[in-house]
Amino acid sequence: MATATTPAAQARVARLERIWKEPPGLVGWLTTTDHKRIGILYLFASLALFGAGGVEALLVRTQLAAPDQHVLGPEAYNQVFTMHGVTMIFLFVIPISTGAFGNYLLPLMIGARDMAFPRMNALSFWIFASSGVFMYAGLALGHGPDAGWFDYVPLASKQYSPDSGIDFYALGLIFNGIATTATAINFIVTIFKMRAPGMSLNRMPLFCYAFLAVSFALVFALPVLTLALVFLELDRRLGFHFYDAAQGGDPLLWQHLFWIFGHPEVYIIILPAFGIATSIIPTFVRRRMVAFPLVALAEILVAFIGFGVWVHHMFAVGLPTVTTIYFAAASLIIVIPSAIQLFAWITTIITGQPSFQTPLLWIIGFIIYFIIGGLTGIMFAAIPFDQQVTDTYFVVAHFHFVIFGAAVFPILGGLYYWFPKVTGRMYHERWGKASFWITFVGTFVTFFPMHILGLLGMPRRIYTYHRGLGWGTLNLMETIGSYFLALGLLIVAVNLGVSAFRGRRVGGDPWGGDTLEWATTSPPPAYNYAVIPTVSSAYAMWDTDDRATDAANLDRGERVLEQGHRTPASTALDADWDEVLDMPSGSWAPLLLALALAGVFVMLLLGHWVIACGFGALVGLVLLAWHSAEPQAG
Amino acid sequence: MPWMPRAPRPPLARMQSRRARPRALLVAGAGAAAVLLAGGCGGQSTLDTHSRQSQEIASLFWWMLVAAGIVLVGALGLLAVGYRRRGRPGLPVIEQTKQINMWLVVTFGILLPLVALVAVFVVANFTVASITDAPAQGSTAMTIEVVGHQWFWEIRYPGTPAVTANELHIPARTRINVVLRSSDVIHSFWVPELNRKVDMIPGYPNRTLLYADQPGVYRGQCAELCGVQHANMAMRVVAQKPARFRRWLAGEAHPQAPPATATQRAGAQAFAANGCSSCHTIRGTPAHGTVGPDLTHLESRQTLAALTIPNTPAELRRWIQSPQQVKPGNKMPSVALSDAALTALVAYLDAGR
Repeated sequence: MATATTPAAQARVARLERIWKEPPGLVGWLTTTDHKRIGILYLFASLALFGAGGVEALLVRTQLAAPDQHVLGPEAYNQVFTMHGVTMIFLFVIPISTGAFGNYLLPLMIGARDMAFPRMNALSFWIFASSGVFMYAGLALGHGPDAGWFDYVPLASKQYSPDSGIDFYALGLIFNGIATTATAINFIVTIFKMRAPGMSLNRMPLFCYAFLAVSFALVFALPVLTLALVFLELDRRLGFHFYDAAQGGDPLLWQHLFWIFGHPEVYIIILPAFGIATSIIPTFVRRRMVAFPLVALAEILVAFIGFGVWVHHMFAVGLPTVTTIYFAAASLIIVIPSAIQLFAWITTIITGQPSFQTPLLWIIGFIIYFIIGGLTGIMFAAIPFDQQVTDTYFVVAHFHFVIFGAAVFPILGGLYYWFPKVTGRMYHERWGKASFWITFVGTFVTFFPMHILGLLGMPRRIYTYHRGLGWGTLNLMETIGSYFLALGLLIVAVNLGVSAFRGRRVGGDPWGGDTLEWATTSPPPAYNYAVIPTVSSAYAMWDTDDRATDAANLDRGERVLEQGHRTPASTALDADWDEVLDMPSGSWAPLLLALALAGVFVMLLLGHWVIACGFGALVGLVLLAWHSAEPQAG
Repeated sequence: MPWMPRAPRPPLARMQSRRARPRALLVAGAGAAAVLLAGGCGGQSTLDTHSRQSQEIASLFWWMLVAAGIVLVGALGLLAVGYRRRGRPGLPVIEQTKQINMWLVVTFGILLPLVALVAVFVVANFTVASITDAPAQGSTAMTIEVVGHQWFWEIRYPGTPAVTANELHIPARTRINVVLRSSDVIHSFWVPELNRKVDMIPGYPNRTLLYADQPGVYRGQCAELCGVQHANMAMRVVAQKPARFRRWLAGEAHPQAPPATATQRAGAQAFAANGCSSCHTIRGTPAHGTVGPDLTHLESRQTLAALTIPNTPAELRRWIQSPQQVKPGNKMPSVALSDAALTALVAYLDAGR
């Protein structure tokens, strides 16, 4: 932090404080456009939904703990596991990684004062939160979706699922997709245009490359899902026949559309985790990442090739061999960029001076589980083997190692790593380590036996199984593991919750971190940086001369922009100084627009088309108010 | 140990001489739990193989597991080196040299994976796939049709009137072409001890090859979520000596014998009077329903409701009385029947027992 030592500098900081101040209390939170506050809102909302998804997981595990159990009936079971999948993917991992981590950290890492579109950012959050409430309303009313998270037709058609559960799913995901798309566009523009002048693309941290790749993948993948869902709703509500084989439609069209979205989605889930790993590793091994350009390239490539592998979810469908072989080859090729990153992390760790504190432990756990999940993933590109074990517990094991082991572990590591930045306090290290080990062991005991169960022939998505099949012992083991795992997560929550109030106070940079967010105070001020930082490498915090320059700039009043609610924009590649942007202040418009949009979706669900149009008009009105004149601070 | 692969046949035979060692390691590694859990008779373990098809897939798996094990152990070893050398920068010889570090990443991240991936690709997707794929036209001795329903399997023997449900009889040591259809949602036909799974998709008839090395009973189960009772949609595949199979098929092709006793006749009347025939077929009677399984020669089947309960008179009675308790959500309605009608109905359906 460029601390203000001279009276002139102190006056500048005071002026920034005044200009960037948001209203206090609840009003401040409801109208905020501060990327950090929006990130925190995202964090709490997605963690609450993580809790819901976790309870669903425990219900599933309890039902399966022994053969022929009756904890849940078959209908409730199908709803619960469907909502578990939908929640973890759409309402937890993506919102926490993009909404919470991305929002909070991206502008800080690139030395900006906010996202490119702060109000759209707030809108994303309110839409996301509304979509979560929307989908859980379905489950609470006993009409949860029950056709699995990939919701295959014809099972999901009106004929076989007459209940409104599927409509909650389809409309909820269309609604949710608006939020995610807006976030992705916001990230792309922010990364290209808002980097601190001087941070050319090759000086941008790998974390930002990962989020850039994710954002592009989202922008291209989500429209396909939205399209598939619109077709589904047209079939279900208005009697169209997109997916109806009897009327010349095609049930496989859903599968193709869903997986054209669904496989990039897998990388959308995992790439932010890669970004978090590439942030934590250099700090804790005290060296720069090995093979930086290869890793940056690999992050982009994974997102790109991820669009060409979707049919490997459909190898048992009976498609022509030439099709399946092509997609098997593509699925193997995508291993390479992942392997590059993996060995870049490992080489960085073993050639550095690793200090195995809690955040790095989560990353080590992530590496191990990503290897296990990745290796079983490669096996699925062996078509006959895929056809044997797809839709069994083997695939459940595989994707839980990838999604829980490889995506959620870095998220948890990231929570610990950036906790002092967000709260200004340090978590409890010993409990942090304990939470890691319990979660690590719990994860293994929960998910590893699933490989064996799959090989022993246990299909996924069955609510019960007969005693004679010999699946009981391993299932019981998994259930015990899942409770152990839940205990580990509970310790994470308690550790961070208690430390937020009682933890040791820390300064701006407790870790000796490598990227810019450590240059400001903990927690950062509303304007992030009193001086727009000078950057000459991707490890800006380790360039101590630049940080000295920042302090001098504050004294001289250079790169301070204290004349208004302002941040600089720079050119996309070289990050030359482009212009000074007047940033919008807080506003009720995003919240109101999200509520109006929620009204549209509720009315669509209820089939009140006219009232839905009324809410649509309301959306238009709020959009008009959106650009109301800004009070310009002088 | 039944779950261990048996000696392979070509084209993987060239690996045969070297197979013993990794397998021994794997057996040790898999541990006692897996041994305890080995699928017994009529199980559905992918590793308890009873055909060349499932055998080749299992061999493929064991080899991929060995390769995967090497990668995992290697990576864990590297991480262990990192742990041993914590607090000391660089490695001996390698240190932090940019060029060498880069080459480490290129070797482990690009070159070695490429070799392994090409090997997996060629062996799996050309060699093994050609064995497990749908059979070439004319390469099989007979065709059987299986139709997926919510939640049972309809089994037809084209060229004969025989139609049954949930119990797929096949001649052993015979290549059989199985045509797969669905009457409602997507199901997946999967008998892991014989071959890989193939989906049954409305509008897309699929085919698969079934071949059993020896007579025996193999379990199959629907592998694609198909609704509330997806869990109770299983099947017995009964491989019989060809002569025995022919006798079975001839018997199955016969229509149901007319009821012989007074109770059975009362049962036939109850069947007609209570609307059973609107959903079920009994060949040789006016019952021609197609919603539920064909009940001709029901007494010859070992289970009811797609392996939900055993087919005994007592269980059959319980099933007719309260189908929604036995298999909640299935399409069979509970029909209020007097005790006498129930007894008669069971006697009628079990007439040949």
